[in-house]
Amino acid sequence: MIKTKIDNTSTEEFVCEAPNNQVKNESFASNFKYLIVGIIFGIVFVKAEIISWFRIQEMFRLQSFHMYGVIGTAVVVGLISVQLIKRFNIKTLAGEMVSIPDKTFDKGQIYGGLIFGLGWAITGACPGPLFAQIGSGFLAIIITLASAIAGTWLYGAFQNKFPK
Amino acid sequence: MIEFIKQPWHWAVAGVMIGLTVPTLLLMGNKIFGISSSLRHLCAACFPANIEYFRYNWKKEIWNLFFVVGVLLGGIIASQYLSNPNEFIIDENTVKDLKALGVTDFSAMMPSDIFSVENIFTIKGLIFLVIGGLMVGFGTRYAGGCTSGHAIMGLSNLQLPSLIATISFMVGGFAMTHIIMPYIFKLF
Repeated sequence: MIKTKIDNTSTEEFVCEAPNNQVKNESFASNFKYLIVGIIFGIVFVKAEIISWFRIQEMFRLQSFHMYGVIGTAVVVGLISVQLIKRFNIKTLAGEMVSIPDKTFDKGQIYGGLIFGLGWAITGACPGPLFAQIGSGFLAIIITLASAIAGTWLYGAFQNKFPK
Repeated sequence: MIEFIKQPWHWAVAGVMIGLTVPTLLLMGNKIFGISSSLRHLCAACFPANIEYFRYNWKKEIWNLFFVVGVLLGGIIASQYLSNPNEFIIDENTVKDLKALGVTDFSAMMPSDIFSVENIFTIKGLIFLVIGGLMVGFGTRYAGGCTSGHAIMGLSNLQLPSLIATISFMVGGFAMTHIIMPYIFKLF
């Protein structure tokens, strides 16, 4: 039996898709700044009505520019920001180099992407808005979130069986 | 001021704020934007079941869980203190199309004839909440990210796999809306 020892100080090989690339250890309390960013993000989701099932329907029916405007603007702003960080070598608060791992292609992005797209149109939510919908009092969405966690678990449990 | 904030926000305002999340997380602590990963960390923390995919140091990624708890709190704050006092407006063609399918409630951001607690144990609940949720969780992990990780973070960093993923999300959404959904609504 292989014993896996979890050690905060070792450099880990594992990289999840949205990794924490900070080398320096952070205190538990330092995580609260991400809570604040999340709160602002959640407010934007509700106030721009991104959490609305109807806005997603408008998007997939090409009957409103709203969601295309939101996502398009976000990509442009994100793109400019990332280019500025790279060009001027802007450091993180801890003084580290910003590192963004490249994504590698596999067929999962197509198969998984299609499955997510089907689910997105039914639920009217990607994972982010699920949390904001629950916060807004749409309590039935707790079931959607629980199902999404179950879906994640199913993928993890049988990931080797799916073509990539 | 508060009255101004209570109105629905323009897409450009939301787009800029969501876009700025990318450099904010990067500069705060080298964090890569991606929300669906939180679902994986929740599995790793609560139900790892000795599955290889969930055997990693999720505590290092706990910032992501703080972030999504924040999103939930943001939802509470926005709906309790900043909610829009005016009528919720939906494009009239969308209303027409959805009425034809059988949707009846257009008064709030989610139609209560589908997404209500009373529907949890019905066929509607099974499809729109359970199966829909399963597809969101399964699909995002299979694709290695969702709208935030691929469409926003990935495209911001000019990643071709993210473009492929984003196109696949859209194709899936169009297929569901135009091809499959009419059959789903015939079930009720």
